Amino acid sequence: MLRRAARARLAPFGAAVLLTALLAALAAPLLAPHDPLAQDLGNTLARPSRAHPLGTDNVGRDLLSRVIWGTRVSLLAGFASVAIAALVGSLLGIVAGYSGGRTDGLVMRAMDAVLSFPPLVLALALGAVLGAGLTGVLVALGVVYTPTFARLMRGQVLTIKARDYVDAARALGAPGWRIAWHHVLPNAAAPIVVQASLSVAFAILAEASLSFLGLGIQPPAASWGSMINAGRGYLQQAPWIVFGPGAALFVTVVGLNFVGDAIRDALDPRLRADT
Amino acid sequence: MARLILRRLAATVPVLLLVTAGVFALLHLTPGDPVDAMMAESGDATAKASLRRELGLDRPLHEQYAAWMGRLLRGDLGHSIRNGEPVIENVSRRIRPSLQLALLAMLVSLLIAFPVGIVSAVRRNTAVDRAGTSFALFGICMPNFLLALLLIFLFGVTLRWLPISGYTDPLEDPLGGLRSLVLPAVTLGLALAAVITRTLRSSMLEALGEDYVRTARAKGLSEWRVIRGHVLKNAMIPVVTVLGLQLGTLIGGAVITEYVFALPGVGRLVVDAVFARDYPLVQGVILLIALGFILSNLLVDLLYGWIDPRIRYR
Repeated sequence: MLRRAARARLAPFGAAVLLTALLAALAAPLLAPHDPLAQDLGNTLARPSRAHPLGTDNVGRDLLSRVIWGTRVSLLAGFASVAIAALVGSLLGIVAGYSGGRTDGLVMRAMDAVLSFPPLVLALALGAVLGAGLTGVLVALGVVYTPTFARLMRGQVLTIKARDYVDAARALGAPGWRIAWHHVLPNAAAPIVVQASLSVAFAILAEASLSFLGLGIQPPAASWGSMINAGRGYLQQAPWIVFGPGAALFVTVVGLNFVGDAIRDALDPRLRADT
Repeated sequence: MARLILRRLAATVPVLLLVTAGVFALLHLTPGDPVDAMMAESGDATAKASLRRELGLDRPLHEQYAAWMGRLLRGDLGHSIRNGEPVIENVSRRIRPSLQLALLAMLVSLLIAFPVGIVSAVRRNTAVDRAGTSFALFGICMPNFLLALLLIFLFGVTLRWLPISGYTDPLEDPLGGLRSLVLPAVTLGLALAAVITRTLRSSMLEALGEDYVRTARAKGLSEWRVIRGHVLKNAMIPVVTVLGLQLGTLIGGAVITEYVFALPGVGRLVVDAVFARDYPLVQGVILLIALGFILSNLLVDLLYGWIDPRIRYR
């Protein structure tokens, strides 16, 4: 009970973080006090001040403005890559579960093969061949998260396929795609939504990791991971270069975790972690 | 147990085939000509043609795959185009720091997770439990590159207790080696510790509510003996599952940790190969990492059978 009460307090915090991040991402041009790319070589590595609340970086760019603009990249990468994975994975899962036999075997072994690579290593390899940049990151993370959704959807389809209402639809002569669209998909959607909401936070972390390694958004554009990487060399003189984007990343991931937990509790009470 | 091993090995074969096909396809996913990408700075058409021939890229795709698989089966993973050395040699030179880092990180995570997880479960809903669950949340949400930089800032830059980068082999200089690996191992181990803590706590809470625990208490066993003999043992299966699931995260984390702390390990080799666009080396190392990952997962599966005999006969 205590835990559920605590969780109920945490969900609004998560929602507030998510709303703030969404607002920052959408209204970045209005909210950012300075141009995130404008260099001021006379004011490099400046401490946090009223003019620059998070300080400035090694070429005098305002860190608050860059953190605000970086929210766009993080949220876009997190939501878009999970959306790609959920869409492709669900389609593959439906095809595998509904067809059965060889198609099922082939699709699921292919998913097992993708899962045989450590996620970040696979994303790194795909990012390497697709080239640095947002598209490469989205595709790489999309591929990495696809098998989870495919497995989940296949399991759902196998369960739902055996239900009486599907038999009834089949007996009435409904074609396979119609049964999949009208009967299987709506009933299988809840766990997919839950998984998607729990995956976004990890996709944001993964994008930041790839950007930190230099494979994400390319400089001078702002992304939290690349900003933290750029601050590595100035930890002694100007640690705030790392602290601003680091705090933004951490708080966003914590908030999204709370939101994910709340969505899970709301949509799938069986998965509720009471213990 | 032998049946379990055979069944798992048989299931691994098709996956292995698809993994090799995927790694082979990696080179062909490059937009445009992979040789142009690898030799971006060179305008020498003869050198490019020679590399194309060397990699077999002038032949039809199925021939390329057959030749690549043939070499693979003979244990030839290809050569780095930068230093010309076989992939295996590149990896074997780098494997020691990576293994030392992984072992130390695992040790750090178990040393943190077991006491915190056990105390959290036993003292449920107290301040200690709340501190334990907050720690778990912190560890799960904290990106390891950020944690690495915070540790470097605190222990390297501010307190100057530990070196902030570089590697000393603990087998040659135990003290210096341990000092060079403490921060990387804590960085890598903390996230794992968080996940194990969370799992251990919840599986212990479940076990604590079982009838056999009540019986053990009724027999007059001390609380410690109940926990050690009955609760912990039954709570271990989810922990082993999570350890298996976290191996991938651990390897990915090792890539970043080695990068931040400039450790000359396999993870660092992957990052360097990616940036040098040394695709044959990337392919070879990725394949080796995937094989290692598959093998570790196989071991975890077998470990299950060992911990819980019911699984062997399923």
